[in-house]
Amino acid sequence: MDAGTTLTIMDIRPFVPELTLLCAGLILILLDLIVKRKEIVAAVGVAGTIAALYATYKLFGYAQPQYAFFDMFVLDGYSSFFKLIFYLNLILTICISVKFMEIEKASCGEYYSLLIFATSGMMIMASAADLIVLYLGLELMALSTYILAGLTRKRHRSNEAALKYFFLGAFSSGFLLYGISLTFGLTGTTNIRDIAHAIYALNVMDSPILYLGMIFIVVAFGFKIALAPFHMWAPDVYEGAPTSITAFMSVGPKAAGFAVLGRVLFDAFGGMQVQWTSVLIPMAVLTMALGSIIALSQTNIKRMLAYSSIAHAGYMLLGVIAGTPEGLTSTANYLMIYTFMNIGAFAIVIMLRREGFRGENIEDFKGLSKSHPLAAALMLIFMFSLTGIPPTAGFVGKFYVFMELINSGYTYLAVIAVVFSAISAFFYLRIVMYMYMKDPGEEIVITTSPSMSIALAITCVMVLILGVFPSFLLNLVRYSILG
Amino acid sequence: MPGTYIPWDYVPVMIVFAFAVMIGLGALVGGLLVRPRRPYAQKLAPYESGNPPVGEPRYKFSVKFYIVAMLFVVFDVEAVFMYPWAVAFDKLGMFGFIEMMLFIFILLVGYIYVWKKGAFVWE
Amino acid sequence: MVPLSWYIMLSAVMFSIGVFGFLARRNLIIMFISLELMLNSVNVSLVAFSHYLQSMNGQILVFFVITVAAAEAAIGLAILIAYYKNNPTIKVDEINLLKG
Repeated sequence: MDAGTTLTIMDIRPFVPELTLLCAGLILILLDLIVKRKEIVAAVGVAGTIAALYATYKLFGYAQPQYAFFDMFVLDGYSSFFKLIFYLNLILTICISVKFMEIEKASCGEYYSLLIFATSGMMIMASAADLIVLYLGLELMALSTYILAGLTRKRHRSNEAALKYFFLGAFSSGFLLYGISLTFGLTGTTNIRDIAHAIYALNVMDSPILYLGMIFIVVAFGFKIALAPFHMWAPDVYEGAPTSITAFMSVGPKAAGFAVLGRVLFDAFGGMQVQWTSVLIPMAVLTMALGSIIALSQTNIKRMLAYSSIAHAGYMLLGVIAGTPEGLTSTANYLMIYTFMNIGAFAIVIMLRREGFRGENIEDFKGLSKSHPLAAALMLIFMFSLTGIPPTAGFVGKFYVFMELINSGYTYLAVIAVVFSAISAFFYLRIVMYMYMKDPGEEIVITTSPSMSIALAITCVMVLILGVFPSFLLNLVRYSILG
Repeated sequence: MPGTYIPWDYVPVMIVFAFAVMIGLGALVGGLLVRPRRPYAQKLAPYESGNPPVGEPRYKFSVKFYIVAMLFVVFDVEAVFMYPWAVAFDKLGMFGFIEMMLFIFILLVGYIYVWKKGAFVWE
Repeated sequence: MVPLSWYIMLSAVMFSIGVFGFLARRNLIIMFISLELMLNSVNVSLVAFSHYLQSMNGQILVFFVITVAAAEAAIGLAILIAYYKNNPTIKVDEINLLKG
């Protein structure tokens, strides 16, 4: 390729949303040095996110995918929809963490710029059309989240969470790289579309080396998504990290992992669907089983939500296993719904945190309905949604995944998933039982702030609206992914 | 193919390597065979110019070194991107130049950040 | 010229040593070095493939891997030091506050 003649400023156009967000991150770093009040830094961060959201919206209308940087970066409906999830995740996380980070005495401007850099990494992952860009996006996301997990430096648990997350994350990215190198060596290209062509042209579909490369890539993203048996880090890290970061990590990296998994498995390894389905099915069953069953015995709510998020990753994986673009659509739909309900649940956990009181035990929710009926009602809605009880959005998400699964002929998997979903009702509804049927032990004080109220309003309203009128989101996701 | 191919170009390297190992091992083994060996406590103590040893040989040194070293590694390695740019400078032209200036600008933001945070203050 | 398969075998052996070191050793610094060994084994195979296929992509990725590895080392050591300040141990078996 002759670089000089083809690279122009117009080439950057599809990259504008990421560029906007990265600029916002850089501005925040410098702003933090000047401004004392961290609320201003947070507000500028939200403004930058909204600017990036606007850029994505303006670029959304194109029917054809747009490529940039020599086909290394792609802007299409698929990546735009995932970017929408990342923006929402970022804005909601900033909203729930302003007050919380003050209580944690870790209120620093770097927090917001790191959140923004992590989100940019996820966006680059979702838009990657080349394994090199994919790796870069992954590392940008991962390195930022390692620091975020350990941001409360004085807390021993937070240190330990960051340490575990870092070591296992770096280990998994080693596997990803080895998988990339094997795939590159066999197909002679790192471009995701060209890999698919090369697999056909060179007729290497049955090559054990390519199979190994594919497995390594799946394993690496299994780590990021926290699929069993690569979920070991998740409960420890989710428990130890600051709660707002736990909320961020349980949605963002998961969504980015699924975005990449969908693109790599469908576009690059589309010809090897039989092979990867046979790997993913046992993983999905194991993930759902481990997540739902181990969550039953947890006493720490963050740890319980960690296992619940592992179980949810299993349900989301079912959409990928369905192996059709519609299946992927149902996974994306589920991820969007999961963003709202999971961040909402973590927001309530954050509200219980105050000076000198962690509020992370399930016991701490005893009798919440007596003293704070509104907070208890919100938690009730989020718990119902996570269980998948109509008329909440969680039901809609699960329903469409299972429907696509049955359409693809995996009825037995859908049955297994419904069984584990029923098991999961035990631990979600246990929280509801504690809130409504037990007497309060000690007085519960909740911490609120305007931004927290906004985040709770958004999540709660969306969970209810999407539960009653699912067609709006479903049309959006269908339009984005299926065109 | 492995087994059929012999890398003749690397034979001198192997010879030098073999000599290096032989000389090192030879000195150690030779000394062991020739020298008398009558150890006692003072003789086994680490040699510190004839003075009695003071404190532990492994002591902690300031973490300041770590911060400077870490910053050095991060900023130093980024220079790796300048080499391909320098090689392809003519072909990339103005666009490449602007891109690289942006890259350096981002590094500069990081530099200002660590500066203002006081990472370079030694005392 | 040394055949491609030798490089690939070297890389596979290095990667396996790295994985083994990471899983078997109980000292965080040694585990850290094992991680670096894994990344560098990938670099060896990427450069070898890149030369063999006459495609620059592999070498471009190596550039990025080198820089990312430096950033990773900086962040990893920073996390390690933050941990060490609160709890002076680098033995993995003693890092067990979070479990269940």
